[in-house]
Amino acid sequence: MRQVTRTEIIENIKVRAGKDLLDLNDRSERRVYVTIKKEILPKITRYLFNDVKVRFVIASGVDIRKAIEILYHFSIDEIGLIISLRVVLDKSNLEVDSLTSIMKCASWIEREIHELLGVNFKGHPNLKHLLLKDDWPKGNYPLRKDQ
Amino acid sequence: MSTNKIIPIGPYHPLQEEPEFFRLHVDGETVVDIDIEIGYNHRMIEKIAESKSYDQVTFLVERICGICSTSHPFAYTNAIDDLLGVTPPERALYIRTIVGELERIHSHLLWLGLAGHFLGYNTVWMWAWRYREPVLDIFERITGNRNHYAMFKPGGVRRDFYEEDFPWIKKTLKSLIPKFDMFKGAVLDDPIIRARTEGIGILTRQDVHDYSVVGPTARASGVGIDVRKDDPYAAYDKVEWKVITHEGGGVFAKAVVRILELYESTNIILQCLDNMPKGDIDLNIKDMPAGEGIGRHEAPRGEVFHYIMSDGGNSPAWHKVRAPSFMNIASNKKAVIGGTISDATIILAAVDPCYCCTERTAVVDYKTGKKLMDGQDLVRLSQEKTEKLRSKLKS
Repeated sequence: MRQVTRTEIIENIKVRAGKDLLDLNDRSERRVYVTIKKEILPKITRYLFNDVKVRFVIASGVDIRKAIEILYHFSIDEIGLIISLRVVLDKSNLEVDSLTSIMKCASWIEREIHELLGVNFKGHPNLKHLLLKDDWPKGNYPLRKDQ
Repeated sequence: MSTNKIIPIGPYHPLQEEPEFFRLHVDGETVVDIDIEIGYNHRMIEKIAESKSYDQVTFLVERICGICSTSHPFAYTNAIDDLLGVTPPERALYIRTIVGELERIHSHLLWLGLAGHFLGYNTVWMWAWRYREPVLDIFERITGNRNHYAMFKPGGVRRDFYEEDFPWIKKTLKSLIPKFDMFKGAVLDDPIIRARTEGIGILTRQDVHDYSVVGPTARASGVGIDVRKDDPYAAYDKVEWKVITHEGGGVFAKAVVRILELYESTNIILQCLDNMPKGDIDLNIKDMPAGEGIGRHEAPRGEVFHYIMSDGGNSPAWHKVRAPSFMNIASNKKAVIGGTISDATIILAAVDPCYCCTERTAVVDYKTGKKLMDGQDLVRLSQEKTEKLRSKLKS
């Protein structure tokens, strides 16, 4: 398979995202942060994971107080690049499409972010607790800064 | 309801003796489904990190894992270096590399011993752990500790190496190579180990992509991913070495990859000792700007990933840790199903799971809830299968 180049992959994300691309931080040779609207997250993920066949590293949910950010880190091992897709979720509507149907490996981390930060992943087949016990009090999210 | 029985393995894993829980759904001897539960050992280290200073977090993350204790400080300091956009002094990079590779040797030997025990090769177990000791002795000489070395700090390392130790370290390491040959012979040439481990717990290249597994688990399926090569850090791009891969994807392939990596790690350390430049070992970082950083390290079990967000204060505003086992354990869903109960224990152990970073065993009749087997019985079952193979091959 032909090796994808760094410029090519960033350009393709730009084209696919169009006006839904909110910010692109080309931080260094090996780190790129892309902020996109949450509606196009599945589309960009499908491009990266299914078409370019990059590796999903992990997602990290971050409470930035006024909102919750989720960063989906993808590693393009052939060129040593990490692309982090960032979606910002308003605290009044903590909902984003689940990526588990696209990548099985997203299942556990979505469950983890769900229980620790209270984000609802729409369409997750089995959104139960991963780390916390089953009878953990509802509405109590250990990693939230405001609790 | 079918006649499927459920075999709970856990929450203490019979091999690693760390808590997690597998529920095997079995039909006769065949495993038809598996549920995996983790979280028994969750200590909220990421939350604690928010209340520690950047220097203290290095020691905090060192406590995530007791076996590969340097993997997390390695990835964490890489993340801080990425956030600051700095590269530590060259001597510090060589010291980091040596500590990281010594750890890989002792961790792989530990796994090899446990895997041997599981298959009923207690001699392999004793030998592997016996020859792990000289590695710990080296650690004690150069860091002061057999484990939890406390060598790393953002922007460098905490202690320098003494040149007068180098001949002794080299001699000790070289004396291990014939022992590695012995293990290689034991695993590659022994028809029983081969028959027992080849072709079970297979992960294909597609599975590696689907589950995004990392480390020896991926490399044993012929996928040559290794952060040390792909996203070079420390001194890994300054020495000659190769990424070990093996086709096959089963338990056998995973053992082969780990054994061959012992040679590569030894090779890397010897080159580092020869080429280590003199000079500073620390950048003495005082201030942390706001920003974010990502650090990775190829731990013995695969890629460790740390994400740090800084608001310019004294402690991380956010810290995310991903250990390799978080991805690798989930792939058991693929590897175990279709195999037999006697193979399940070694397959579950083959990814070298680490629950510190991410069970008592009982086999219970699903209908009556009556206990049929416990952890020791499962180990016995696995060992008996090896014994059967042995007598079959003899006759």
